[in-house]
Amino acid sequence: MSDTPILELRGVSKRFGAVVALHEVDFHVDAGEVMALVGDNGAGKSVLVKSIAGIHHIDAGEILFEGEVVHIHGPKDASRLGIEVVYQDLALADNLDVVQNMFLGREELDTLHRLDEIDMESRALETLGDLSVTTIRSVRQKVAGLSGGQRQSVAVAKAVMWNSKVVILDEPTAALGVAQTRQVLELVKRLGEQGLAVILISHNLHDIFEVADSITVLRLGQNVAEFKRTETNQQEVVQAITAGKLSHVPGQAETHEVTA
Amino acid sequence: MSAAAGAAKAPSASLRDVTNRWWTDVKSGELGSLPIIVGLIIIAIVFQTQNDRFLTAGNFVNLIVQSAAYTTIAMGIVFVLLLGEIDLSVGYVSGVAGVIATVLLIPDGNEVPTVVAILAALGAGAAIGAFHGILFAKVGIPSFVVTLAGLIAWNGVVLLLIGSRGTVILQDDFIIDLANGFLSEGTAWLLMLVCVALYAGTQLNEIRVRRKAGLEQEPYLLPALRVAALAIALGIVVYVANQDRGIPYVGVLVAALLVFWSFILGRTRFGRYVYAVGGNAEAARRAGINVDRIRIYVFAICSLMAAVGGIILASRLRSVDTNAGGGSILLYSIAAAVIGGTSLFGGRGHIKSALLGALVIASIDNGLGLLGLGSGEKFVITGGVLLLAVTVDSVSRRRQTQAGRL
Ligand SMILES: Nc1ncnc2c1ncn2[C@@H]1O[C@H](COP(=O)(O)OP(=O)(O)O)[C@@H](O)[C@H]1O
Ligand SMILES: [Mg+2]
Repeated sequence: MSDTPILELRGVSKRFGAVVALHEVDFHVDAGEVMALVGDNGAGKSVLVKSIAGIHHIDAGEILFEGEVVHIHGPKDASRLGIEVVYQDLALADNLDVVQNMFLGREELDTLHRLDEIDMESRALETLGDLSVTTIRSVRQKVAGLSGGQRQSVAVAKAVMWNSKVVILDEPTAALGVAQTRQVLELVKRLGEQGLAVILISHNLHDIFEVADSITVLRLGQNVAEFKRTETNQQEVVQAITAGKLSHVPGQAETHEVTA
Repeated sequence: MSAAAGAAKAPSASLRDVTNRWWTDVKSGELGSLPIIVGLIIIAIVFQTQNDRFLTAGNFVNLIVQSAAYTTIAMGIVFVLLLGEIDLSVGYVSGVAGVIATVLLIPDGNEVPTVVAILAALGAGAAIGAFHGILFAKVGIPSFVVTLAGLIAWNGVVLLLIGSRGTVILQDDFIIDLANGFLSEGTAWLLMLVCVALYAGTQLNEIRVRRKAGLEQEPYLLPALRVAALAIALGIVVYVANQDRGIPYVGVLVAALLVFWSFILGRTRFGRYVYAVGGNAEAARRAGINVDRIRIYVFAICSLMAAVGGIILASRLRSVDTNAGGGSILLYSIAAAVIGGTSLFGGRGHIKSALLGALVIASIDNGLGLLGLGSGEKFVITGGVLLLAVTVDSVSRRRQTQAGRL
């Protein structure tokens, strides 16, 4: 494996008015690695994800993809690089079926410029098969009729079917029961084994210690720690989440910047 | 049976699977056209027992002509409703288009060729709709307010265009023939056969490509039933209409528009994006869809279809006056789309609901007229039917929420 991370953030900052959501965050993930991103509510995890996905534009810092600085201005730019996101607020349209959701915005057309439903259905089945998703009865079922775990599987399958290199999952198990959480965690493991870089956001340290290779801790918009799973334990991570050392004390942002 | 895992091995669903799936859909609120077709049958029975002229060939042809403008305008409304929005201006936008076409064709030495007049009317419609769409999508004014302002302003424009003339007679044989000309018997049968053959062809092709791709097949009985149903329905329409004056040209126009817009909604990216924006605009945006552009196009289509309806109305009445686009046009057109089964909450509905709903409304209007009842009774009853349709929509939506969806 090469030593340049597939995705790297250097000194990324993002503010919303007076709220500093991210402050000089460094972050990286390698191919084949499952990187957990943890932190308390409001730590900035979702903002970090949306910055990578091009939904938010970063105020400072840079994003490197395969060692090159990239500028991501929208979801299409991120997809083009091979970065796919499964959002915390699932971005599925309830009124569309499984295939329609998986191809939304990237529909296949036939020679007459009609939607190529046959091709899309075959590829959707293939992807779900590759991921061993067996709980979905029919891919022509409306997403409205699926359970939370099934929806999450659709969202993940949607993210990985584009030869993606980096898949980001924002709290994929937050709304799920035990059995469904199992399904999704198995799926996450398989993604890592298939050589994808996976960024997994979760509050459940038990889950994280089960599937993650590394753990990055955010606190109040800052990167406070990074661990290898094999070299740490839950206590140490909890300690970092709640009391990790800040390089910069929030609330003094203004004075800081004026005097600096 | 797991379609995801087993499709390659077991490419055929049993009739029972299909029935179960349909029943699951019905239970979770996807009622389809079922309630409306039952409703139409009840309406036909009730009126026929009250007045045996309701189900005559002559009245059937009247119904086609009477429902044509409502159907056309309602098709545009379906698009707007699919976004979860509303357009209150369609009545007077249809009036503006009808007046533009009619006035341009006054034989006063400055008249233009028919095709130019029609294109000008349709172009005005599309431009008006694009304007509404921009105000809604880019400026962020609620569609209700944009089109309420449109309702008032375009009514004013109708008055300005008519000026002191009061009534303008339509003097163009082509446009007059639209609602007053009829296919010959033979042509009607031929057209019907072509339609059924084309439909059967698409069904066969679908079976062929699905088999080739190794995808799950529905039982052959279903496509066969669909083709038979179309053949029987069209056969009855042509046969009955031919007992009287025949199939009106406007009936063919409505059918062609129905096929065209169904294709756009069902088989193109644009159509898919309309459903996506209506179902979950944020999901559509994150999928990289240009949501604003879809919204502007949809409002343009809505006003364009209103313009087509305005030309049909002018043709039927052979004139336009200061009342063009007024009266019950707006309310009946919106009601038709909703009664036909398109949800007010966005994301669910089909173009065919415009036709089905307009048939219900025109039947009630026509049937009550045959019974000698006036506008008072017609409006009260149509209002009741609309309320019933919206109740069905709301209840089915509540069921969807209960069935575990956000
Ligand atoms: N669109 C936004 N506008 C303003 N503030 C925001 C926005 N999104 C997030 N924030 C703020 O940024 C901070 C980090 O939020 P978020 O990334 O959602 O936290 P979490 O780590 O729980 O996912 C919070 O203080 C939140 O209020
Ligand atoms: Mg979050």
